[in-house]
Amino acid sequence: MSATEIQSPRSAAKIGSNRIAPQYRRHGGSKGNFEMLAWLFMRLSGVVLVVLIFGHLAVNLLVGEGIHAIDFGFVAGKWADPFWQIWDLAMLWLAMLHGTNGVRTIINDYAEKDATRLWLKIVLYAATTAIIILGTMVIFTFDPCPVVNGVQLPGGFCPAP
Amino acid sequence: MPTKPAGTLYRGREGMWSWVGHRITGVVIFFFLLVHVLDTSLVRVSPEAYTAVIGAYKNPLMALGETGLVAAIVFHAFNGLRIIAVDFWKKGAKYQRQMLWTVLILWVVVMVGFSIRHLSLALGGH
Repeated sequence: MSATEIQSPRSAAKIGSNRIAPQYRRHGGSKGNFEMLAWLFMRLSGVVLVVLIFGHLAVNLLVGEGIHAIDFGFVAGKWADPFWQIWDLAMLWLAMLHGTNGVRTIINDYAEKDATRLWLKIVLYAATTAIIILGTMVIFTFDPCPVVNGVQLPGGFCPAP
Repeated sequence: MPTKPAGTLYRGREGMWSWVGHRITGVVIFFFLLVHVLDTSLVRVSPEAYTAVIGAYKNPLMALGETGLVAAIVFHAFNGLRIIAVDFWKKGAKYQRQMLWTVLILWVVVMVGFSIRHLSLALGGH
């Protein structure tokens, strides 16, 4: 078995502390404190997401008829209210960024070739960008009271035709 | 002569397995989230398209899948709060094992409650 090569971490660590002797500093010097901010974001967004997602699950699955109640009118009724628009928008952005950073960490951990990591992250960031933009546009351009074939869909939250 | 560094490695035991569980549940939730945004986006296409696709979800197999997904979410949520406690609470690292067992007990309690409610709604005649 060949000797184990110990590599430096693939996430850029900030080496700003004077307590580290120069010969132990990794090359490249300071790359900012992105990794610390990412670490902090995971914890802050995590706490908020527990509240947002538990509320989301309770309202959509546990109250009333549960999943049977979910149809177009259910979603329209929620998004006719700015409260749920903001709730779902916050959930979308925080969950996507939290999940993307988690998958980024996993890619860094398991993909050993530089090119493999690069391509996996390109695919990841492209998917994240597309999903966040799509979800945001759907929440804000959605019409809860569409007129289908000249007929106003019924809904207590819609203005009388 | 040293044999093995007993008791000094974190590998194995509660620390590693909670980490493995956190990773696996995190990835599962992330891929569901991608699909979930796409299916919800169908409300922007037409009411019929959304209601048709959501209707396809309403079967016993999906009810079990939803229960599994919620199990992953609840574990990830509770273990995530444990990780925050390990990082920010002075005694967090010392009590990480006890906190993991607390996470697992709470997870079982919540999932028993959720499963009874959700499966009786989803599988009940309607």
